[in-house]
Amino acid sequence: MSPAELSQLLHRHHGDPNRLLQMLREVQAAAGWVSPEVITELAKGLTLPRARVEGVATFYTLLATRPRGEYQVLFADNIIERFHGSVALRERLCAALGVAPGALRPDGRVSVGTTSCIGLSDQPASLLVNGLAIARLTVERVDAIAALIGQRAPLDQWPAELFHVDEPIRRAGLLLGAHLEPGAAVRAALARSSEALLEELKRSKLRGRGGAGFSTHDKWRAARDAPGPTRFVVCNADEGEPGTFKDRTLLRRQLDAVLDGMTVAAHAIGAQRGFIYLRGEYLFIAPAIEAALAARRAAHLLGRDVLGRTGFDFDLELHLGAGAYVCGEESALLESLEGRRGIPRRRPPYPVTHGYLQRPTVVNNVETFASVAHVALAGGARFAELGTERSTGTRVHSVSGDCARPGLYELPMGASVRELLDACGAEAPIQAVQVGGPSRTLLSPRELDRALCFEDLPSAGAFMVFGPQRDLLEVVASFARFFAHESCGFCTPCRVGTTQLQGAVDALVGGRGTRRDVRHALRLCALMRDASHCGLGTTAGRPFMQLYEKFKPTIERSLSSLEFRPTFDLDEALAPARALTGRDDERAHLEDP
Amino acid sequence: MKGTFTLDGSEVPFHEGQTVLEAARDAGRYIPHLCAHPEFEPHGSCRVCTVKAEGRMAAACTLPAREGLAVESATDELRELRRGLVQLLFVEGNHFCPSCEKSGDCQLQAVGYALEVRSLHFPQLFPDRPLDASHPDVLLDFNRCILCELCVRASAEVDHKSVFALGGRGIDKHLIVNAESGRLADTSLSVTDTAVGVCPVGVILKKGRGFTVPLGQRTYDRAPIDAPPEKAGKP
Repeated sequence: MSPAELSQLLHRHHGDPNRLLQMLREVQAAAGWVSPEVITELAKGLTLPRARVEGVATFYTLLATRPRGEYQVLFADNIIERFHGSVALRERLCAALGVAPGALRPDGRVSVGTTSCIGLSDQPASLLVNGLAIARLTVERVDAIAALIGQRAPLDQWPAELFHVDEPIRRAGLLLGAHLEPGAAVRAALARSSEALLEELKRSKLRGRGGAGFSTHDKWRAARDAPGPTRFVVCNADEGEPGTFKDRTLLRRQLDAVLDGMTVAAHAIGAQRGFIYLRGEYLFIAPAIEAALAARRAAHLLGRDVLGRTGFDFDLELHLGAGAYVCGEESALLESLEGRRGIPRRRPPYPVTHGYLQRPTVVNNVETFASVAHVALAGGARFAELGTERSTGTRVHSVSGDCARPGLYELPMGASVRELLDACGAEAPIQAVQVGGPSRTLLSPRELDRALCFEDLPSAGAFMVFGPQRDLLEVVASFARFFAHESCGFCTPCRVGTTQLQGAVDALVGGRGTRRDVRHALRLCALMRDASHCGLGTTAGRPFMQLYEKFKPTIERSLSSLEFRPTFDLDEALAPARALTGRDDERAHLEDP
Repeated sequence: MKGTFTLDGSEVPFHEGQTVLEAARDAGRYIPHLCAHPEFEPHGSCRVCTVKAEGRMAAACTLPAREGLAVESATDELRELRRGLVQLLFVEGNHFCPSCEKSGDCQLQAVGYALEVRSLHFPQLFPDRPLDASHPDVLLDFNRCILCELCVRASAEVDHKSVFALGGRGIDKHLIVNAESGRLADTSLSVTDTAVGVCPVGVILKKGRGFTVPLGQRTYDRAPIDAPPEKAGKP
């Protein structure tokens, strides 16, 4: 990037250090990487220590601090994608392009790597090319991509069909079946006082859809009651749990309900500004969101005196993440929103009193805001008719894996696992179901009558089906790899523990495992659960622990009979010395002991 | 406001705003820790000070002291947990105590002895971390870094230089310095900076004064880190 371009960039972002991540994203998009020189210049322009800018640039997967090529391809490396041949497809693309996996081709044209789930496991396999998603990969589509890169065709000249993302809504309910006029819920909310609105919300018994299930009313009231004149509303659209994609669908099919819900929140708590924090992998949705925000400003649904209500000033900004699952944790999301590394904050204090810029902030999930729109429109009592006593409303499930009809299923809270399995045409016999993604619950076939609601199986919406042909150890290994890749590295147990656990589980998958590896793995799981700083670490050991509790024979079968496996091969260790001395004769090797 | 909480059954007084670790330290009670330091705002990253309070695990360095709180620390369960954390720190880096200038003055080593860590237990990761010997007065040996961020905090808050920061993520997280070249010589660090003296392990070393105190006569050779305060080693 030229100095002039950089100075324009800084100017466009008002030289605001809170916008550092957005600037780095733009640099990445324009230059293909964030060079050391650019880091120095950005730091100067923002009067930040250079090392702080470097720290941010090296934290996020989708930012490259080394050249990664004109075309940067990242395959989604989720277990569902693997079961749909993503590894073979990646190797095919690498072979066609003549590039080693993970490396930059010497001519600087292309690199092919992997990243975590990109929210397309209903249409696997998938990848990102320069940040844009391509789904439903086949041999033919991979060959087409290889040809386009071979011809050096600019991305905007690639066939649009390649970038088409389906929204397979298989069952619609209150949220997905709605046809809301933009602003309808805001009008309904403004007809009530903010106090009356909060009472409706209380009556709805709505709980947050991000997974923890905190009462939305309690959260909002706490933010409203917190001292200070400035308040913020933040939409967490950073769904990164492997196997989750329902926010993608809500943002593409029910965007106005989500934006209405955020505006309703602003009215309820007295907020002046809001942010949509969209995961970087959903870059392809960003233009539609920007367009909707512009349309809402034109229709006085955002801006000064919203819908003519004097003193109700509220506007929204779109912020993009850059590839970090941990930013789905609300306080890490706020750090990221402030242009820093996504490290979860120490709590208390909580975001409702000390959120964005240490001001009172409501952070809710996309689905929560969509639900809020319906509470505002039809009232809390109507909403609470759906679902169960302590889990009201509906839930949108992202169904993937071994079933005939993967996609979106909106069911009332409290529906049974079996009902959803029947609806999606799960392949019998079921071996296991992962509810809520790796951080939640692995179900055995004996548990299929359990209920999908906060009382029984809380979930952030992921639902993966595993048929009899699947190796559950491979599934757990994939989850272990995911947590190791996504650990922010702040605390010892998660930073080192996730990597150690990955090693232990990989040994089991490779058939090299011993009882000692199992003991190591269990000890690591307990350590991470008990000592980690945030939810990522405390849940990272759950997949293995649940496999051990519910599917012990799967682990037992994988064990080699040895109690002990040497981790160090003495003869192998002499290889560099042999290479240096140019010797490979018998006497340059150790005899077999 | 003042009050008392209990630590392993005996009372510890505290005053408003203190954490469990701070109050325990003032009362002469030792809770193992590495990233906490009396001069700096605690942040709770090493987790070695994990205690159990009312059934929940929490880092003592960030846990606010509260009237009547029942805190467990010296239990077998917590010793085992802390031992695991210290073992993870050892296998993460490259720690060879016999050849380390900081041996005997090193808090990681001292806490390891206090917790009776007798083996590494986990496979070693053997990371490749080159030294930085570019600075005329200070050597950086990243092999021993435990990512406690004390130098980061000291350089930013006390020295007002922000020489150190963290880069990377997860197991690739590492200490970086404030220079485009990545070399310490190109930063504003001076050997008299607070950040230089604050390292609890052997990463930040002053050049030209190696082994001035013989092994066997160093801080934790004289008294272990968990000895009563009148005897305990002070780094």
